[in-house]
Amino acid sequence: MKIVLENLTKRYPNRNKKIKEDVIAVNNFNFEIPDGKLIGLLGPSGCGKSTTLNMICGLEKPTSGRIFFGEDDVTALPPENRGVGMVFQSYALYPHLTVLENIMFPLQNFKGKDKLSKTEMTERSKKAAALVQIDMLLDRKPSELSGGQQQRVAIARALVKMPRVLLLDEPLSNLDARLRLQTREEIRRIQRETGITTVFVTHDQEEAMSISDMIVVMEAGVVQQIGKPQEVYDDPVNLFVAKFLGTPPINIFDGTIRQNKLYIGEEAVLDVFPEKNETEVCVGIRPEGFMIQEGGPLSCQLSSVEVMGRDTSVVASHSACTQPAFRAIVSSEGAASLGTGKIGFALKPAKVHLFSRQDGSRIRFTVK
Amino acid sequence: MASYEKINRTARRNEKTRLTITYILLVIWGLVVLFPFYWMLLTSVKTYSSYNSEYVPKLYTLSPTLQNYKDAFTAVSLGRYFLNTLIFTVVTTGLMLAVIVLAAYAFARLNFRGKNLTFTLFLSLMMIPNELVFITNFVTITNWGLRNTYLGLILPSVTSVFYIYLLKENFEQVPDELYKAAKVDGTSDLKYLFRVMLPICRPTVVTVTILKVIECWNSYVWPRLITDDEKYFLVSNGIQEIRENGFGRENIPAMMAAVVVISVPLMVLFLVFHKKIMEGVSRGGTKG
Amino acid sequence: MDKKSLKGWLYLLPAIVFLGLFMVYPLVDVVIYSVEEGYNFASQSFFGYGRYNFSYVLRDPYFLQAVKNTLILVVITVPLSTGIALLISLGLNSIKPLKDLFQTIYFLPYVTNTLAVGLVFMILFKKTNYTDGFVNLIIQWFGGSSIDFIEGPYAAKMFVMCFYTIWVVMPFKILILTSALASVNPDYYKAARVDGTSRFRIFTRITLPMISPMIFYLVITGFIGAFKAYSDEVAIFGTDLNSAGMNTIVGYVYDMLYGDSGGYPSYASAAALILFVIILTITCINLLVSKRKR
Repeated sequence: MKIVLENLTKRYPNRNKKIKEDVIAVNNFNFEIPDGKLIGLLGPSGCGKSTTLNMICGLEKPTSGRIFFGEDDVTALPPENRGVGMVFQSYALYPHLTVLENIMFPLQNFKGKDKLSKTEMTERSKKAAALVQIDMLLDRKPSELSGGQQQRVAIARALVKMPRVLLLDEPLSNLDARLRLQTREEIRRIQRETGITTVFVTHDQEEAMSISDMIVVMEAGVVQQIGKPQEVYDDPVNLFVAKFLGTPPINIFDGTIRQNKLYIGEEAVLDVFPEKNETEVCVGIRPEGFMIQEGGPLSCQLSSVEVMGRDTSVVASHSACTQPAFRAIVSSEGAASLGTGKIGFALKPAKVHLFSRQDGSRIRFTVK
Repeated sequence: MASYEKINRTARRNEKTRLTITYILLVIWGLVVLFPFYWMLLTSVKTYSSYNSEYVPKLYTLSPTLQNYKDAFTAVSLGRYFLNTLIFTVVTTGLMLAVIVLAAYAFARLNFRGKNLTFTLFLSLMMIPNELVFITNFVTITNWGLRNTYLGLILPSVTSVFYIYLLKENFEQVPDELYKAAKVDGTSDLKYLFRVMLPICRPTVVTVTILKVIECWNSYVWPRLITDDEKYFLVSNGIQEIRENGFGRENIPAMMAAVVVISVPLMVLFLVFHKKIMEGVSRGGTKG
Repeated sequence: MDKKSLKGWLYLLPAIVFLGLFMVYPLVDVVIYSVEEGYNFASQSFFGYGRYNFSYVLRDPYFLQAVKNTLILVVITVPLSTGIALLISLGLNSIKPLKDLFQTIYFLPYVTNTLAVGLVFMILFKKTNYTDGFVNLIIQWFGGSSIDFIEGPYAAKMFVMCFYTIWVVMPFKILILTSALASVNPDYYKAARVDGTSRFRIFTRITLPMISPMIFYLVITGFIGAFKAYSDEVAIFGTDLNSAGMNTIVGYVYDMLYGDSGGYPSYASAAALILFVIILTITCINLLVSKRKR
């Protein structure tokens, strides 16, 4: 089931009653989510991603715009008539019901011709439980389960009514680091097996990048960029997206362009042919965009070297860098002999992005 | 499409009816609660003759009078009852605070032999209803010759195990480090209690104070047992006395004026502190 | 005793003195009184020990009347007030505008002097030579005939008593239930909505189980409070409850000790102990039932 969001907008009256202007939670969201894909809605807290999810779900009504599931306009439809399954951040498992009763709960709501017999309900619930691999826990109460198990119960409860669309709100935020890795693979697997179009919300870019077919980066209610995770990472449209994706984060330097040369500080580091004529720019360099080179064009003060096995993380400082220190990831072989004091870097042009200092928009360039 | 529209319309209509019914219900209960208050205010400003001439009582009056309030303070000793209650409330609450703060501090912060056992015994006393002990207290106070004195009224009402418990729980939430830091600086226990503990735990102390004030202002059974001299009546006993012997039996407007006067102090207290009081009662109230 | 312990006991001393004198000693004493036969208050002498006080009290028609009144009051007001309070709290929690105002108004009876407002209720219900009273006029307006609620038939008096009791206990129950309802995680309701759960089912399968500990708490405190009813009755029917036929157990204890028929602390003690046993039994039964449920 594909989902189409058309000019989706949500405004709230300002909480501070003195301010007449509405708060715009989501502004003119357009997106066609292809059938059977796993989509990550990504952004810092308060960017409108949860509001978007709630509008797809039907818990909130858009101020304007439309939502289609396939060809059906579901904009005005209450959630129960949309055929969506939702997993809440807190899981919202009913504490007084057993795991089986929790999973069965949505089925017991069916009325009229959809009504199921008790054995049918049990069978379907057990099937959903088997899908998320909790079939041995059916008689327990939620309080007797670990966080990861509770998460699976919540997913099973959302899947049991065979929804057209599955929605997950911050599915991993309540889990510890190790479980998070495991559970996100699990979500990927379940989504593949069921083929249900799935949208999930997260503020953790790593989480979104690792499992999504496509990610939507949002900020302040506005969609910044939509694309495959790798594409968005390699080709960010603006400074915000570039900063938001990647661990360790991208390093930002103040730079200038004079006569087709990019200067950081007083050193010319790259030959560039930009599409726009701007002299003052922000230079974003991915940590993996540095190459150690004696006498290289970017000379910095070395602070420390952290060996991480295959790679080595080099922490250095430069007066034009916006942070007190920046981080470069280089292969361990080249870094073995690093001492202290000065260090020189050469840059990989594909890992260097230029942005306008005024509005943070991307300034594309060619090297030759 | 059409069926979606229909689903929506019925859903919205149902929602509207439900909301209307809810508001009607809430307004009805609001009237049940407020009507007695309105009635006593109204009656208290009607003249004696106009009240008695209304076979069908009017829900308003066009010639309000304050004469009844004058009568309430002159014909019966309402002022006296008022003053007694004030003294009783202030002294009892003050004494109680001193006693429970010290006890709660001992349980929360000091270490001494037999502490746990004593605390368990204290807790078990919470089960005992007052009705069980006022018989002996009546005899004790009588034997001490303290009937019809403030002391006799106050003494048995001073302690409350429940408030000690409430305060102790709150005291224990103050981090240990503060106490250790104070000890390192050479602060005495008493000084620590008053300069650190009490300011931090002020919300609970305020809650306990308010609850006790309400309790004192409305107390009836014990004061009635221990006082039969009108000079020591509290407002509750006073109003009962007024009902049975004051004003001449049928002067209901004057009676209502007295009722208004008695109700006003707590009402004002409530309107000023209503958030605090409601929060306090939901944490520590038991009436009901 | 070492210095540290001494200090602890010193801080506790005032509390222990007051509790000892007015709580622990009376507790022992009340049991002693209850078995001292023929105790004379003036001379403080008695004949001997035995169960006579209990058998006297249990045969006293006034006591039996008081027990009957109290039981009726408990059985009617506890479920009714809890039910209405639940209904009102549900209503309160489903609205936004005016919610605070309603909540504040509903709480008003808690801070009123029950003796004083009882007087207002008495006047609203009373039938005198001058007027039939406000409530009777409403009844007449609906086509009924007026009744004397204060000095008339037993059922009418009982009605006023229950009505006033509910009016008085309602604020506490509404307050507790609204905060219990508000503390239910809203995600549960959202999840139920996504699953298309009907309102009735949300109430019975989610809301009710979630707040059941609070309802249970209210029922127990309600039972205990209603068994100790006394001053509300005085407020409406005056101090001579026996002649009004509206006495309660606590009222009986009180009258035995000091009312017009007073001066018998032994009978009073016996009655008070019987009350205590009743309350204790109900609390224990409640606790057992709730344990088995879990």
